[in-house]
Amino acid sequence: MTSVDDPRPGPGVPPPATTQDGNAPSNRWAGGGGGRKGRGDGPTASYYGRPVLKAPVWKHYIPLYFFTGGLAGASSTLALAAQMAGNDRLARSARLASLAGTAASGPLLIADLGRPGRFANMLRVAKPTSPMSMGTWLLTAFAPSAIAAGASDLTGLLPRLGRLCGAAAGVLGPGMTTYTAVLVSDTAIPAWHDAHRQLPFVFAGSSAAAAGGVAMACTPAASARPARRLALVGACLELGASRMMEQRLGQAGEPYRSGEAARLVKAAKMSTTAGAVLALAAGRRRLAAVPAGVLLAAGSLLTRLAVFRAGFESAADPGATVGPQRRRRRWSDGLPGRPEDTSS
Amino acid sequence: MTTAEPTRMGFFTDTSVCIGCKACEVACKEWNDVPTDGLDFLATSYDNTGALGADTWRHVAFLERPPVPAAGEGEAAQDSGIRWLMSSDVCKHCTHAACLDVCPTGALFRTEFETVVVQQDICNGCGYCVPACPFGVIDQRKGDGRVWKCTLCYDRLRSDMVPACAQACPTASIQFGPLDELRARAAGRLELVKEAGVPGAHLYGADETDGVGGFGAFFLLLDRPEVYGLPPDPVVTTRDLPAMWRSAGAAALAVVGAVAAAFLGGGRRR
Repeated sequence: MTSVDDPRPGPGVPPPATTQDGNAPSNRWAGGGGGRKGRGDGPTASYYGRPVLKAPVWKHYIPLYFFTGGLAGASSTLALAAQMAGNDRLARSARLASLAGTAASGPLLIADLGRPGRFANMLRVAKPTSPMSMGTWLLTAFAPSAIAAGASDLTGLLPRLGRLCGAAAGVLGPGMTTYTAVLVSDTAIPAWHDAHRQLPFVFAGSSAAAAGGVAMACTPAASARPARRLALVGACLELGASRMMEQRLGQAGEPYRSGEAARLVKAAKMSTTAGAVLALAAGRRRLAAVPAGVLLAAGSLLTRLAVFRAGFESAADPGATVGPQRRRRRWSDGLPGRPEDTSS
Repeated sequence: MTTAEPTRMGFFTDTSVCIGCKACEVACKEWNDVPTDGLDFLATSYDNTGALGADTWRHVAFLERPPVPAAGEGEAAQDSGIRWLMSSDVCKHCTHAACLDVCPTGALFRTEFETVVVQQDICNGCGYCVPACPFGVIDQRKGDGRVWKCTLCYDRLRSDMVPACAQACPTASIQFGPLDELRARAAGRLELVKEAGVPGAHLYGADETDGVGGFGAFFLLLDRPEVYGLPPDPVVTTRDLPAMWRSAGAAALAVVGAVAAAFLGGGRRR
């Protein structure tokens, strides 16, 4: 289909710059690469090395919300289960964790809007094609329930209504932990979109680990055994699904392997692993349960920050956008080329 | 949402006759009162605009490239030391528009001309459309908070006028009209360009079976799309949304299972 493979501009323009950092101006003469090892896809061209996609305009409120919303969701489900099992002390801890996470969530989301005063426009429509719209409605149902359940527990007022609201929040909670993965996957950014099968499990595990961790840290050891177990299962799911995601991603997964997002991934895994080991080894002692819970929650937050950051790095790399599309295209055009990922 | 005028209107941008005058960029800025996006020296040939964005709804790409080595018999390639590639980029007004799909407020909508437009009185600046667009077209305006992009001059269309960029184009590189007419015209034009010895010429976005269901604003390009900064095989992200929701549903059930297992695990001590 094309006649020229050389992506560089022709004579009459300055020669390629030789700097190797990832900033746009420094690699504008080179196609694709983004200035990092492993990113290159041979002569993948882009317009002066510019990104094809726009970077998200979301600020750090968003990954913070992914954490607080996930923590609140999984905590509500834990609270409902604890209440049904008759473990009132654990139910109370989980309910209050959910209350705290939920209370933080709304302000975080509104603060991120370009026009915060118009946040209510989110409720104009219900659009199944927009995960943000679906998530808004989920949060609109979940948040009052979780807050009422927590407030009732704190004040002792309207206990029956509180339990009813707690049940509603507990049923809606699991959705709160995973819809945010759909929200980021439903974009054109390769490191997010191409992870759409594994990312909900990463977020689910991350939320369960955080909810279990916080609950075990806030509950006397005698009542905290289910929280410890949830934390361990969540940590295993978080670590396992993350690993699977990184393996399946191919070239699109490069940000998870090197750079700032990769450092966050590493920190998340270390924190979660340390928290899980500590919970396993000494979780029955309150002195160990608190740091274990903190480490698990920190790992959960770092996981969201890592995924968030990876999306920005992926969007900035034109090779990550063009490379897989070019291979796909070549294959369907019957031209030479391999459809599978060739990066290491 | 029913259509008063059923015809789908669009652009055919024929880059083979673009002379890089940027009249389209200026006309768009003037008609739509699009603010400045800075006077930056980019050192990218004659292009200091850079890319489409909140404050750039037409962008003329400039590439000065070496003559085609393999197909050097072409007359155009012989008569100078360089091969000019110039192309006026614009919002594609996709048949399956990711920006519109993901917009949670309904600010983005499809007009009676089947174009995709932001209602500025609705947009609350959530920014979801920005990473959803496979072309990196729509963006948030700094200091304003809302997102902006080409409206295909919705106001002019409603007054039976030609969009500002097409009206200003002196070489008919930007053609406006009913999309099916434009597609037929483009197919004929492609034949002529190929006969004239430009083997790399092809239509970009005229195919209804592509990943976004065809563009409302498509192109005749003389080189690979990525050379102009365009994705070679764009796909609307929401095509995979059912798979995403299935996965999220399964993961949510895993949370339920994990919580249940934490209580039902029996008498093992940990």
